[in-house]
Amino acid sequence: MLYREAGQFKTTYAEDMAIFPIRQDRMALAILLGIAFIGVPLLADFDIWPFGSDYLLRAILLPFLILALAAIGVNILVGYCGQISLGSGAFMAIGAYSAYKLGTGVHIPLAWLGFAISIPPLPVLLSILLGGLAAAVVGILFGIPSLRIKGLYLAVATLAAQFFFDWVFLRVPWFTNYAPSGSVSAPTLDFFGLNVGTPIERYMLCLIFVTVFAFLAKNLVRGNLGRQWMAIRDMDIAAELIGIRPLYAKLTAFAVSSFIIGVAGALWAFVYLGSWEPLAFSIERSLQLLFMVIIGGLGSIMGSFIGAAFILILPIMLNLLPTQLGVPLSTETITHLEFIIFGSLICYLLIKEPHGFARLISIGKEKLRLWPFPY
Amino acid sequence: MRMPDASEILLQVEGVSLAFGGVKALRDVSLDIRKGEIRAIIGPNGAGKTSMLNVINGFYHPNRGAITFKGRTRAQMQPFEASRGGIARTFQNVALFKGMSALDNIMAGRTLKMRRGLLWQMLRFGPALAEEIEHRHRVEEIIDFLEIEPIRKVPVARLPYGLQKRVELGRALAMEPDLLLLDEPMAGMNLEEKKDMSRFILDVNDYYGTTIALIEHDMAVVMDLSHRVVVLDHGVKIADGTPDEVKKNQGVIDAYLGIAH
Repeated sequence: MLYREAGQFKTTYAEDMAIFPIRQDRMALAILLGIAFIGVPLLADFDIWPFGSDYLLRAILLPFLILALAAIGVNILVGYCGQISLGSGAFMAIGAYSAYKLGTGVHIPLAWLGFAISIPPLPVLLSILLGGLAAAVVGILFGIPSLRIKGLYLAVATLAAQFFFDWVFLRVPWFTNYAPSGSVSAPTLDFFGLNVGTPIERYMLCLIFVTVFAFLAKNLVRGNLGRQWMAIRDMDIAAELIGIRPLYAKLTAFAVSSFIIGVAGALWAFVYLGSWEPLAFSIERSLQLLFMVIIGGLGSIMGSFIGAAFILILPIMLNLLPTQLGVPLSTETITHLEFIIFGSLICYLLIKEPHGFARLISIGKEKLRLWPFPY
Repeated sequence: MRMPDASEILLQVEGVSLAFGGVKALRDVSLDIRKGEIRAIIGPNGAGKTSMLNVINGFYHPNRGAITFKGRTRAQMQPFEASRGGIARTFQNVALFKGMSALDNIMAGRTLKMRRGLLWQMLRFGPALAEEIEHRHRVEEIIDFLEIEPIRKVPVARLPYGLQKRVELGRALAMEPDLLLLDEPMAGMNLEEKKDMSRFILDVNDYYGTTIALIEHDMAVVMDLSHRVVVLDHGVKIADGTPDEVKKNQGVIDAYLGIAH
């Protein structure tokens, strides 16, 4: 089947503004969602897995989904609004620890006032969403400097958020419910009486979260608010002149972005890790997410998924490949090789296509429309 | 050419002075813009023309003087307040949003008219979708008006310069301004493009009744287009009047051609 729009006439603006105006794109998405929602559970049912057992699910798909969600959040801030942030790991941590505190019950003794604030443990879904909300509030706070400082200087300011929250969650025992090791465990994952425990259930949970959030994010970025963000990114002076308030546009970007990252953080902690310590949300996580959106494509929701897949899955593949092919290499050599190949691939990609995979795909689509003619 | 209603003054600039350190960009300049007219601001390089526009739309805050727009006098305001009040503008160097399509650029000009909040937009359903479509209709009218239908989905960075200028005009028009400021709308264009742009400027003035203040270096264009011309030189107003009056003014001739010694 050819990728052609010929004959697909649109008679209303609503059709023209649809999320996927081209029929072939819609079909591709339907197939993809079908595989994700039906195909993978079927595989799990019949227990037929590549790589044996549920390795694919636990070690690849689950982290891929959650990090793709976080990458969407980062992409809104960095890709759409043009505010470089190195604090994504911190916002994930805020989401995770807020959800943890709310999920296990909050107790703030105010001894000098003679009473204490106590909130009983909240349902898991609610605590995850409220965790995102907490991240959004902190995101707004750390977004305020962006009104004055730009570019690399803002990156440094968000880096401050990263180190500050690393420190807070490591040193303030209240957040970890005074656990002596500093490591905490997620509450049991009950959703409306349904216990989410097995890998496939966890996968489905994350899949639903990611699908819903990706859809909402896509709606936002192609609406009025998304245009305001991109206007601020591309030319803030002209944006101001057409009536966009930089304060509103930037802070909403920080809020929405941090909310999504916070929810991703809570999922990462609750669903993927199960028990964790602050190290799980270090600066490395921030950089990893930033690389994902840069390589996947700044200013593209789809790019966030591709970037997450590339950064997360390629190293695993590179690691597995020699063993699968039966090449006798020591584990050490494989690890070194993995770094070398991965690093050079990133360099090559950024030189060839600085706008990432998403741009590569859109160029490919444009060519395909005209194929086999050059123009 | 339609003659404007001469009575009503839309914008009044009174005794505005603006200095950057020791450089005096504007010195005690007064001028008025009447409702419905095309008003040109001309002058040699460095005369303070762009500074004047920047003062009018709130980019620069004058050291002295006041500006009355639609009957409200003020000394200071922010650019987004000016846009809210109904002042739109284009730039000398095209200031489009490079990563967005021509359509999105013009849609961005409708920002002030769109009311639905974040949650509605997130769902893009019901009223939010209806609003989006309604504004798309208005934007398509402008696209139609400026004859840029074939390029509406092209990222503006890929468009040639002349079309970029046209999209920028479209974005300003999308705001449905009362006063449109054009900073050298024809800079760097060839004759054909200049003709097109002149036609659009006249049509905008005629069809939408928008008051226009423009800066331009092409004297033939200025004299043909504008109802009244103000001439600045080294930050001082040296002439003000109809194109014919200005053309004969000795001060203007001296400023442009120099004085024989």
